[in-house]
Amino acid sequence: MTDASLLEERPRTLAEKVWDKHLVSKGENGTPDLIYIDLHLVHEVTSPQAFDGLRVAGRPVRRPDLTIATEDHNTPTLAIDKPIADLTSRTQIETLRRNCEEFGIRLHSLGDIEQGIVHVVGPQLGLTQPGITVVCGDSHTSTHGAFGAMAIGIGTSEVEHVMATQTLPLKPFKTMAITVDGTLRPGVTAKDIILAVIAKIGTGGGQGYVLEYRGSAIRALSMEGRMTICNMSIEAGARAGMVAPDAITYDYLKGRAHAPEGQDWLDAVAYWDTLATDGGAVFDAEVFLDADTLEPFVTWGTNPGQGVSLSEAVPDPSVIVDANERSAAERALEYMDLAAGTPMKDIRVDTVFLGSCTNSRVEDLRAAAKIIQGRTLAPGVRMLVVPGSARVRIEAEAEGLDKIFTDFGAEWRFAGCSMCLGMNPDQLAPGERCASTSNRNFEGRQGKGGRTHLVSPLVAAATAIRGTLSSPWDLVQDGVTQ
Amino acid sequence: MEKFTTVTGIALPLRRSNVDTDQIIPAAYLKRVTKTGFEDALFARWRADPDFVLNDPAYTGARVLVAGADFGTGSSREHAVWALRDYGFDVVLSPRFGDIFRGNSGKQGLLAGQISEADAQRLWDVIEVCPGIELTVDLVSRTARVGALTVTFEIDDYTRWRLLEGLDDIGLTLRDEARIAEFESHREPWRPRTLPARQVS
Repeated sequence: MTDASLLEERPRTLAEKVWDKHLVSKGENGTPDLIYIDLHLVHEVTSPQAFDGLRVAGRPVRRPDLTIATEDHNTPTLAIDKPIADLTSRTQIETLRRNCEEFGIRLHSLGDIEQGIVHVVGPQLGLTQPGITVVCGDSHTSTHGAFGAMAIGIGTSEVEHVMATQTLPLKPFKTMAITVDGTLRPGVTAKDIILAVIAKIGTGGGQGYVLEYRGSAIRALSMEGRMTICNMSIEAGARAGMVAPDAITYDYLKGRAHAPEGQDWLDAVAYWDTLATDGGAVFDAEVFLDADTLEPFVTWGTNPGQGVSLSEAVPDPSVIVDANERSAAERALEYMDLAAGTPMKDIRVDTVFLGSCTNSRVEDLRAAAKIIQGRTLAPGVRMLVVPGSARVRIEAEAEGLDKIFTDFGAEWRFAGCSMCLGMNPDQLAPGERCASTSNRNFEGRQGKGGRTHLVSPLVAAATAIRGTLSSPWDLVQDGVTQ
Repeated sequence: MEKFTTVTGIALPLRRSNVDTDQIIPAAYLKRVTKTGFEDALFARWRADPDFVLNDPAYTGARVLVAGADFGTGSSREHAVWALRDYGFDVVLSPRFGDIFRGNSGKQGLLAGQISEADAQRLWDVIEVCPGIELTVDLVSRTARVGALTVTFEIDDYTRWRLLEGLDDIGLTLRDEARIAEFESHREPWRPRTLPARQVS
């Protein structure tokens, strides 16, 4: 037996299989491997300097047919037929349009049916497929790992590198298995799983790893739920998160615009079926979480690892042993204007944001709509509902979800990143507090001085009804008064 | 990229962990389409506080940042590296870096050196006793020296080599162009293509 065949027969993880398949050349003497990139997603914020670099060097985009662009970070979610009011935002969008024209890149602009958050658009078009490599100049590229793809966020220099070469020099990642067994109780969702995972391993716990989510609770999730989980892998410091493809993945993909067809579909499925981690494959680290006992989970601090079950209280920094973590917690409580020991459920919000690449798919909107239907928004609270893409918006409207939200008192917006990141008009005012289905509760993330609690769509909906951080369980307890 | 061997300059102590890239450069500054001119954006929100360490005149002209663990986590924005470079920093030392930030640093000539938690503490202690003291970072020996204290830092061999040689990644990869073309010649036909655009049938 040759060395090569020995190598092939070693039990491998999903991540290792995808990596090996994309090896253009193996690094030697400490140099990285050269990895082929199947799909490059582009948006307006991290691409202008990359296109500029190509222009200066006189290089073309090597594979426009593996590249696609959309507008999302800067775009307004109201009056999208008018010119963008903010001049620097408008310049950035116009720069993307010019660059895509010049380099022959397919672009879905504001107003186009396929426009939307880049991580909603790829899967929706059927471009995100099992076993491929995906990159984008955005850390939440990890979303696409839900399909069993190796999907990593990159910086602008790497964006230019992929444009010029369709490859990336990368050092192999370590692998971590995150096994979630059991059955989620009603009212507990994928978002609660990932918030609990991050609280458990910390914002640096996944550093250098690809996370593979496994176990019965993960297998039971829809593609939307799996995307929510993989999306936030970066918040645990990981480069990527993955879920092995299965019948749920194939059902989601089949019939989408860019999914394989006919014999190609059969060939693809035959390959996809080989991707799951082999029995006997060894992970570099393992983490276990029990789905049965999981409760709705929310954050209290200013990084996504600072979270607790909704039934708990704001933790007391003085009992934290690690000095760095203690001072980080003290700073966080000061910024969040919270006192240790306050029950999380007593925290009153001004704003509820349902949207972002974490939770803006039609399933998320449906779940929230089901809870708020026939109820009214709490006095003094505003709620923004922002579909992840123009297509999600149309689908939701066809189901009448927009009507449910507007009857409730929420604002129904056009697609984009919106209030997730403070780059467009949708922002918190200083001191405002928001229950947000997005992915980052960093200081000022949703607007200067804004305070963010990360929550699931169900908690967002229940909070909008009650005005304080709440879950559907609290609505049941409120009983007939609701 | 310029070759990097040693840097001697004022060291700035940033006694904070989990300094995410939203703090290094808030999103409002990401709308520019240029690669320079981000110096005013560095730590923009924190700088509004007169007591923030960057506002201490003793540290004017600092070139080495000594930060707490998990520096550069979060968003992939390379603008964080550009802002640090534009402000004048050549080196960041921290017990742990966000992966994407560390990768971006190496491509822009910013040395991201990993030190132990204990060494971070020692460096802060020395620097704060003599604000404005100069620190020397030697990439060849992977050491940082300030006063009587010398600590070692970690950086992967490949990034170190590229920094020492001042090499451009794309140029390096394109030397392998024939291998890329060979790889492309046997990609399966069912792999996704964005062009021509297809509609749902």
